[in-house]
Amino acid sequence: MSVAADSAFQRLLETIAAWMLALLWAMPLLYALWAAFHLSGDSSHLSFAPVTLSNFRYVWGAAPFPTYFLNTFLLVTLIIVVQFTLSTLAGYAFARFRFPGKNLMFVLVLLQLMIMPDVLIIENYRTLNALGLIDTIVAIGMPYFGSAFGIFLMRQTFKSIPKELDDAARIEGAGTLLTLLKVYVPLAKPVYLAYGLVSVTYHWNNFLWPLIVTNSVSARPLTVGLQIFSSGDQGIDWSIISAATLLSAAPLLVAFLLFQRQFVQSFLRAGIR
Amino acid sequence: MNKAASDDLDLPWVGWALFLPAALFLAAFTYYPALATLFESFFSNAKGGRPARFIGLDNYSTMIDDPIFWQALQNNAWFAVGTIPASIALAIGMALLVNRALPGRAIVRMSYFAPTILAMVAVANIWLFIFAPQIGLLNQVLSSLGIATHNWLGQPDTALAGVTAVAIWKEAGFFMIFYLAALQNMPANLAEAAAIEGASRWYYFWKVTFPLLMPTTLFVLVNAVVNAFRLVDHIIVMTKGGPNNASMLLLYYIYEIGFKYWDTSYAAAMSMVLLVILGTVAIGQFLILDRRTHYR
Repeated sequence: MSVAADSAFQRLLETIAAWMLALLWAMPLLYALWAAFHLSGDSSHLSFAPVTLSNFRYVWGAAPFPTYFLNTFLLVTLIIVVQFTLSTLAGYAFARFRFPGKNLMFVLVLLQLMIMPDVLIIENYRTLNALGLIDTIVAIGMPYFGSAFGIFLMRQTFKSIPKELDDAARIEGAGTLLTLLKVYVPLAKPVYLAYGLVSVTYHWNNFLWPLIVTNSVSARPLTVGLQIFSSGDQGIDWSIISAATLLSAAPLLVAFLLFQRQFVQSFLRAGIR
Repeated sequence: MNKAASDDLDLPWVGWALFLPAALFLAAFTYYPALATLFESFFSNAKGGRPARFIGLDNYSTMIDDPIFWQALQNNAWFAVGTIPASIALAIGMALLVNRALPGRAIVRMSYFAPTILAMVAVANIWLFIFAPQIGLLNQVLSSLGIATHNWLGQPDTALAGVTAVAIWKEAGFFMIFYLAALQNMPANLAEAAAIEGASRWYYFWKVTFPLLMPTTLFVLVNAVVNAFRLVDHIIVMTKGGPNNASMLLLYYIYEIGFKYWDTSYAAAMSMVLLVILGTVAIGQFLILDRRTHYR
């Protein structure tokens, strides 16, 4: 069969394959949705049982989810504010400045793309313990403040901005920081959006490090709270666990459904470097 | 500091000043801990007023004699081998399927990609439900087909495969978007030329499409390898490395030794193995990947 002889039959087969795979891929999520909206007695077997919100009501009351939500919100806000600031400054340095050791520094920065704080848990715990920051939201975010990924992304973006714009701003008397703020930052808006979405998703979902570095409700993010809730007394009640799981993922899921294109574009932009 | 100098390009300290804040955090939470891990791996644990003392390679010889370490390493290798080719093949397949006109394409693409934005912890909770011994979806489907049910995560022979399946499900859609972008950048006249030559689709894929996707595959491969050694959230939720260490992965073992048994110097020695693996991937990437495609 040649490429041109794309028969109707073959198209049909491919459509069916695409849909079967999509169904298979959506199944776990649909199953969780189904279970979350049904009573636990009904959720163990598929049936046309009445839909209920009682699982969500129970979860909201049984665990300090409002606090977890607030903690996660504060965490991702803190991280992107700091990451944006530091990556913008450092990205500008690598894009437009000559300084001794620049190339070596750049290689060191890139190394962090592989050797991430995620695998340096023992020593980072020790550091934050020495700083007296264990069980704080700042401690969850701190290892990620300096982001190789962000620096690299901003460098690439700033490099593509015409140097003439920089020169023009400086001729008009703008200093380094003002030039950065007035010329570079506005032109990089789509990149900040992409970086922001990827970073928020990553840190909203991050688990192992927050698990290690927190030990009370006051600092725990959603992921850790969810795990503690799910492995607690409610052990086997799948409807309750599904409701809790969906609740914790809901803000991101809803954002994704609303801004699907931006999410996909952002992950793409962030990946292709 | 006066950063308003007119000829900044030649003022090295301005560049350094801009880089410094990020550099401090990178140094404190990546370079310092990497070196400190190496240092600590040569020392004993400080216990009850007794300071840590230099013990040379003792932690490493403990490691070599520790069957669980070897099992974790072996499991991790199997986990990587199980996850990476399968998720890459699925990603290419998904990209090819949604790269053409298709009824409901947006929905199909969305269901492939959705697992990417979910937390691994959330995903693991859902899959725990699917793999559950009696009432789990998988066993219900199997028993309705007359196939014997199985305690997927509770048996040593299937636990690792179970957590591998979850990782594949989570990653394939993420990798898909890179292939999709690559396919969309592929010149259309190639397919036309192949059609005129009467090339079969299979031939065309292996001789044209797949080689042209190679830069994407290398990029995805590096990501996939790093993820295979970095992600253990689902292990914590689903199996805790069990049963009988059957699904023990390296980072999870380090976490257990470091934070359950507080044997941090032994955990440091094992962390070095992880760092060497990731460092090798990094060097491999520098050497193999074409700098132009990667750094523009």
